[in-house]
Amino acid sequence: MSFLTSPEFWFLVATSLAKTIFLIFLVVLPMVSYTVYAERRVSALIQDRVGPNRTGMPLTLLGFKHDFSPWLGGLGQPVADAVKFLLKEDFVPGHVNKFYFWLAPCLAMIPSIVTLAAIPFGSEFLGVRMVVADLNVGLLFIFAIASVGVYGIVLAGWSSNSKYPFLGSIRSTSQMISYELGLGLSAVPVLLIAGTTNLSKITSYQVANGWLVAPFTDGRMSLQEILLWIPTGIALVTFTISMFAETNRLPFDLPESETELVAGYHTEYSSMKFALFFLGEYTAMIIGSALTVVLFLGGWHFPFIPDGSQGWIWGLVNIAVFFAKVAALLFLFIWVRWTLPRFRYDQLMRIGWLYLFEIALVNIFIVAGILAFVR
Amino acid sequence: MAYVVPRPKLTFWERIYLPTIVGGLAITIKHLKQMLTGHTKVVMQYPEEKWDAHMPEHYRGAPTLVTDDKGRERCVACQLCEFICPPRCIAIVPEEIPAESKWAKVEKRPREFDIDMTRCIYCGMCEEVCPEQAIFLRKDYAITGVTRGEMVHHKARLYELGGVFDGLVHKWNPRK
Repeated sequence: MSFLTSPEFWFLVATSLAKTIFLIFLVVLPMVSYTVYAERRVSALIQDRVGPNRTGMPLTLLGFKHDFSPWLGGLGQPVADAVKFLLKEDFVPGHVNKFYFWLAPCLAMIPSIVTLAAIPFGSEFLGVRMVVADLNVGLLFIFAIASVGVYGIVLAGWSSNSKYPFLGSIRSTSQMISYELGLGLSAVPVLLIAGTTNLSKITSYQVANGWLVAPFTDGRMSLQEILLWIPTGIALVTFTISMFAETNRLPFDLPESETELVAGYHTEYSSMKFALFFLGEYTAMIIGSALTVVLFLGGWHFPFIPDGSQGWIWGLVNIAVFFAKVAALLFLFIWVRWTLPRFRYDQLMRIGWLYLFEIALVNIFIVAGILAFVR
Repeated sequence: MAYVVPRPKLTFWERIYLPTIVGGLAITIKHLKQMLTGHTKVVMQYPEEKWDAHMPEHYRGAPTLVTDDKGRERCVACQLCEFICPPRCIAIVPEEIPAESKWAKVEKRPREFDIDMTRCIYCGMCEEVCPEQAIFLRKDYAITGVTRGEMVHHKARLYELGGVFDGLVHKWNPRK
């Protein structure tokens, strides 16, 4: 019991709470809403349109003569979306299984947020490690919790008691099972190279020895690093593709394919319950990008920027670097979505089981061979 | 007749998707870059920019009533427009022109002339049928109102929109 009264314990509780609140309310949720905004603007620009560019402050609601939107350029759009979602009627159809219908949106949102805990999003800030839970099984934890997210979709489809959500959730289940294999196996080369599943240690390995996709960032290149460059590149590609499938993004958005299944598993949902699916999906995208950054792109590290032990300002810069990398990957997500058409279902299964799985598996043996025989 | 759909044989690089995906990404990023640098012509930003200057001569906007160069209202309340109007949005109440009036020989004029703009279909038949060339479709297209009542254009509003029109009809000229 002396542990509970010790100041170290309360320091731990306070910093963990502060980090959690910072991550969820100041970083991830704003990032989610502005990813939605970016999605709309980037898709518009790619399709030679303008997109939502004029939502400002609705001063006319307060009795003023004009709205204010000269330089905001539509940046008020996420706020307007959120208000719309909150104020809409929360309609529960009569034919649904109420308990699971209410449970499903929570199960879609919560796992994505919980996985945030194990992501090291910065080096050190005022002597505090910038990771909520520095788990030794960090990567496994993230994979385990992220797969719970599929229950949200399955329950949504099943409890809706309607054919399109049901078809969507069936697709989602088989898709997630197929691609989780590819995802896990493409992460194994990283574990072999870094020798740990602790995400902070994977990051510090990359800080010391160069990023896995760019081994020259530490200024040295050995024969082993050059040889490993090829399999890690392949692992990055397979990992990213599996990540697209895991997060139900186009070209693999079969669970919610609008053209075939109305809206897929959330057809019967409205208002904030629908928004929770939406948030969960985009949070999963952010987690996926963050995981890719941690595993392959060197985490918070950038050449010539010292870590947080050199001063608090560098701690902030490291956090900014991490989220800049995440934002770049999110742009890739959006960019790919507005480029590619959807795969057919048999093509999806074929890619997952016949190509990604095998490539990732062979890749592991190549990495293991290089690590064993080349010094 | 049955015909064979040619299925192109895909090369190895096309079958592994990735090079074609990269090609697609290059196309979309080119569009994005051209939008950002302002090389793509996009739609008009409506309330700030308007297409009034580009409107053709024959544009059919809101129907309006016009006065002639002497300031006389041209309409003689013959009600032909009221009868031809397909959605029946025109309602005219005619009245006699008093004998002491300068234009007494015209005999008839509209006391009330209402056009319900919620019903108007901008077909221009009123303009076509009018024997006095009193009703014209002008270029006003943004007809808005908060209530249904506001959307009914009364006589004063119709003359305000129409203005003066020097036209071909000279029969009300006293010298003729």
